[in-house]
Amino acid sequence: MIHLEYILVISAVMMFAGVFGFLTRRSTLGVLLSIELMLNSTDINFAVFNKMLYPAGHEGYFFALFSIAISAAESAIAIAIMINIYRHLKNISVRDIEKMKW
Amino acid sequence: MDSQNIMFTVLAVLIVLASFATVLTKSVIRAATYLLLVLLGTAGLYFLLGYTFLGSVQIMVYAGGIVVLYVFSILLTSGAKETLSRNSRIKTAAAAVLSLAGFAAVLFVIFQQKFIIEAAVLGAPVESVEGGTSIAEIGRQMLSTEKGGYLLPFEAVSVLLLACIVGGLLIARKR
Repeated sequence: MIHLEYILVISAVMMFAGVFGFLTRRSTLGVLLSIELMLNSTDINFAVFNKMLYPAGHEGYFFALFSIAISAAESAIAIAIMINIYRHLKNISVRDIEKMKW
Repeated sequence: MDSQNIMFTVLAVLIVLASFATVLTKSVIRAATYLLLVLLGTAGLYFLLGYTFLGSVQIMVYAGGIVVLYVFSILLTSGAKETLSRNSRIKTAAAAVLSLAGFAAVLFVIFQQKFIIEAAVLGAPVESVEGGTSIAEIGRQMLSTEKGGYLLPFEAVSVLLLACIVGGLLIARKR
């Protein structure tokens, strides 16, 4: 018997693995990969809550679809910024990007 | 143990191990490969829930598009040989403690919360023909302006993608 809560547990593991990677990675692309993990876990949550609470409805389903589209746009722009940073600094480590650091 | 439980266990183990490997491995390109495994496992979960269209979108957009984009950009910028620099041990331990605390809090909330549950147990995955998530119904909902239609977000996403194309070209072009 698979309770739907187990899928929520899996997505929580994915979310906090992403948080850990976000805090420890030094390469900006590694940080972006961790952000993708977190976004993916929220998509799972939308689908699971839709299935669990309103099996006949489709709100969470569409929310997950639009969230996938938005995260695709986000990562495309982020990668364009990374490539631009690499052109200027020949390096994409977060340590070297300090003009906007507080 | 029916086939569905076996499939769920395989997917769960795959997702958990691959997401740990994504954040723990040293090389960035390996992290991208493990991320691909996580995304494919997620698509498998969607199929298991009966959301086949969402699973196919996940495979096409994430696994087919985003991961390829990441691999290209890793090879364009740093190359596969670049490894991640070491962190101080205190910083790694602090990040681990923070994520474990957050995970414990989320687990506590999930198991304490009494959801008003309609479907507690995963049934056999069925693609409903008349229900809310058949392909025809998704297409109708996506372009409908009636109650529960999604035309406005659909158009907003298309404008967002256009802006994203223009912005990506403008940022990444050669001067």
